[in-house]
Amino acid sequence: MRVTFPHMGNLHISLKAMFQTLGVEVVVPPPCSKRTLSLGSKHGPEFACLPLKLNLGNFIEAYELGADTVVMAGGCGPCRFGYYAQIQQAILKDLGCALQFIVLEPPQRQITELLVKIKQLAGSRSWWKIIQALRFGYRKARLVDEIERVALRSRPREKIPGSTDAAYRQALDLIDCASSWEKLTAAQEKAKEIMDKVAVDFSRQVIKVGVVGEIYTLLEPFSNLYLERHLGGLGVEVHRSIYLSGWVNEHLFHGLAKGMGSGKEARSASYPYLRHFVGGHGQETIGNAVRYARSGYDGIIQVFPFTCMPEIVAESILPDVCKDFGVHYLTFIMDENTGEAGMVTRLEAFTDLLARKKEAKEALSS
Amino acid sequence: MPVKVGIPRALLYYYYYPLWRTFFEELGAEVVLSSPSTKGVLTEGLKYAVDEVCLPVKLTFGHVLDLAGKVDLIFLPRLISVKKAEYICPKFLGLPDMIRRLAGIPPLIDVNIDRYKSNNDICLAVKEVGRLFTHNHFKIWLAYRRSLKVHRRYFRLLELGLMPAEALAVLKDRVKNEPLPEPEKITVALIGHPYNIHDPYVSMNIIGRLRTLGANVITAECLPEKTAGSYASRLPKKLFWTLGQRMMGAALYYLERPDLSGMIHVAAFGCGPDSMTGELIERRARTMGMPFLSLTLDEHTGEAGVITRLEAFLDMVSWKMAGTVGAIKSSS
Ligand code: SF4
Ligand code: SF4
Repeated sequence: MRVTFPHMGNLHISLKAMFQTLGVEVVVPPPCSKRTLSLGSKHGPEFACLPLKLNLGNFIEAYELGADTVVMAGGCGPCRFGYYAQIQQAILKDLGCALQFIVLEPPQRQITELLVKIKQLAGSRSWWKIIQALRFGYRKARLVDEIERVALRSRPREKIPGSTDAAYRQALDLIDCASSWEKLTAAQEKAKEIMDKVAVDFSRQVIKVGVVGEIYTLLEPFSNLYLERHLGGLGVEVHRSIYLSGWVNEHLFHGLAKGMGSGKEARSASYPYLRHFVGGHGQETIGNAVRYARSGYDGIIQVFPFTCMPEIVAESILPDVCKDFGVHYLTFIMDENTGEAGMVTRLEAFTDLLARKKEAKEALSS
Repeated sequence: MPVKVGIPRALLYYYYYPLWRTFFEELGAEVVLSSPSTKGVLTEGLKYAVDEVCLPVKLTFGHVLDLAGKVDLIFLPRLISVKKAEYICPKFLGLPDMIRRLAGIPPLIDVNIDRYKSNNDICLAVKEVGRLFTHNHFKIWLAYRRSLKVHRRYFRLLELGLMPAEALAVLKDRVKNEPLPEPEKITVALIGHPYNIHDPYVSMNIIGRLRTLGANVITAECLPEKTAGSYASRLPKKLFWTLGQRMMGAALYYLERPDLSGMIHVAAFGCGPDSMTGELIERRARTMGMPFLSLTLDEHTGEAGVITRLEAFLDMVSWKMAGTVGAIKSSS
């Protein structure tokens, strides 16, 4: 069995670690590219959301590299994600790609169903081994998140342009290559060292922007046209509302790792604007926007795929939040036609506006 | 003076209007329906809705605004789930929050209708709404029983092949002899969300046009829910959208009917569930060689284009039928 899975940012680092610890052969799809997207949009439904198309492209490309099994998460609505696998399977079948699907559906009652599926993958491995694999993958996810957080902080302050990104890639590689718990500890230290070595200027004035929105477009840089990198280059410190380990916890462990993420707080902060969950991360988008606005961020950016239902609900309500708190916001809707140049222009105008406002505010208060 | 409760002529009005109206009237309220959809209603909605929401939701904005100033309360429940373990659509979940922000509208009755965990949970919603009008529990219960009875009668009429507008007329006039549409040679299954195909403004009167062009029209509503459900359960995984499931089941059922000559799928531009169920339906129809037309509606859809496509489609269907007849003749 040669297992593949959809890309979502650095998710592959975590998943690869889990499968390899279990002794399952893994085919990591080539990173998302124009080709991935054009394959996905050619064969996928026209109005499907972007992640479905990119995932479909991932599967086709992994199939070309010899994968025969897809492992992915499922869901029980109300959002489309819960039906991705079935649609993709139907499309791939018609295309003649013989891929078997193993879908990790959220157990409606018990976690055991998930474990049975995992056992199916793991074959004769013991439960102990399975749990070790999950822990190992999860630890990698948390380390990746940590590196990302550091990168977000240093990017707007780096003295040599591009040095953060170089260090970031190196650090991720180290984490990715560590094949055992001990090696990972060593890699962790080394990665931290590398990230700390990036020369930064902490006296520099930076604008703070909170990024909210749909999880895939937040986590997969290809799908948001490298939004975070562009913002960093413009001297903006980005705070992102969702991280990989949060997703892994939520979708693969079904919230077993307690105390993770800020989902609950975000949801309660969304009241009175959005009083009910709307699927996906729509309610978190509003809640996190409120929290960013309250803690004095200069601006808020919402990103989501074209036709994404929960985020459209959030988009309808976001203007109220921003008006009440007097923060500026910007919305990016991603699909196969969104251009990077246009996005950068809008980002420049937005950061200019925020910088001027910030200066005016500081002039007044000093 | 009785309290005036406004009901927008939008979204699940097409399923639940008789139920809602009876319930409120039994409780002593006066029910006011928003005007039929028109360009004007939609234009109002467009002013306040973000570009990205689908046409039916934009239109709902318009209908709510149409009721402003005419009523004391607007009934706009949060339809989370109308059946156990199913949802309708994320936009239904957020609808009251999207609407509440509109300036100058009366207070909303935005009760949660949530049967996701158990079908019995509907009682909570019934009580909550009823209490706005009376403290007499028995009266609330009675109103609910009566409204359910009307609802069942309405759905029986739909299952007889009547379109919602016709069934509503029958209920209103208490006509005993429910007229059945005359059978035609061509039968077309029209698959789409009820608020898209049964709103003559949104659908550009697609049902009327198909009939004028000489076709019988059957929709997902003409099928008992059970039948649709059992056909939909052939899918590898249960669909979690109530309406999507019904459309899917109906499509699968109709595709097997020997007298079906063609299938038309109507989707709202950018509709999430339609993009998924539409894909599955189209793939199935194409594999079975069923003539298939897919229409996508938004506020920019031109009427002329739709008519041309409908006519071309029906031509194709009758041409194909003639072809089949010929083939049978030549082989016998
Ligand atoms: S959250 Fe948005 S992008 Fe994700 S599956 Fe749902 S509709 Fe698609
Ligand atoms: S089901 Fe489709 S058409 Fe209906 S509200 Fe949701 S997105 Fe809009």
